[in-house]
Amino acid sequence: MVIKVNGENLNLEKSLNIAELLMAVKAAQPEYVTVQLNGEFVERDDFPKIFANDGDEVEFLYFMGGGQRD
Amino acid sequence: MIILNHEQFDSLVEHAKNILPNEDCGLLGGRLDGDKRIVEKIYFLTNADASPEHFSMNPAEQFTAVKDMRSHGWQLIGNFHSHPSSPARPSEEDKRLVFDTTLSYLILSLAREPALKSFRFDREKNISEEKICVQ
Repeated sequence: MVIKVNGENLNLEKSLNIAELLMAVKAAQPEYVTVQLNGEFVERDDFPKIFANDGDEVEFLYFMGGGQRD
Repeated sequence: MIILNHEQFDSLVEHAKNILPNEDCGLLGGRLDGDKRIVEKIYFLTNADASPEHFSMNPAEQFTAVKDMRSHGWQLIGNFHSHPSSPARPSEEDKRLVFDTTLSYLILSLAREPALKSFRFDREKNISEEKICVQ
């Protein structure tokens, strides 16, 4: 099966849940990652429950924040 | 080295001034050419914190920006935020919240004359300043 991750095709032998998928693509610190599956946000608590299937499009981004406060 | 043009630099300063007293933030779409990181477009995003001393980028806007970059054949090469009243150097909070080591992290200080600096981080969060070229 093929899913698209951040615009790139990824070949998988079986369907993975979002948590497994983030590990498969070696996302550093997945607890700070925001995920969309086919354009819909996936709640972090649902990462182990929601599966990416053939033809799905998954996007993930790191939280970006900070500021001058030390 | 990261490269911006004068128009991009001016727009960055103008936008950050207009957002005062709050911090400004956004993403940099561009392309890589050897060791050069060339900015093609600055995406100004909403500071969800609306704070003078902290920022969080709006995730929905982040996704929209990155998809637009991809549609132009660009990629996410960095981000920026402003420091309204402190120098252009990463704060402890900035360092704590760095997760993507592939990016350039630009900080625009408005404490005095606008000063823009760029930084790279490794996985241990060691900082190195990256040369900026405005041309």
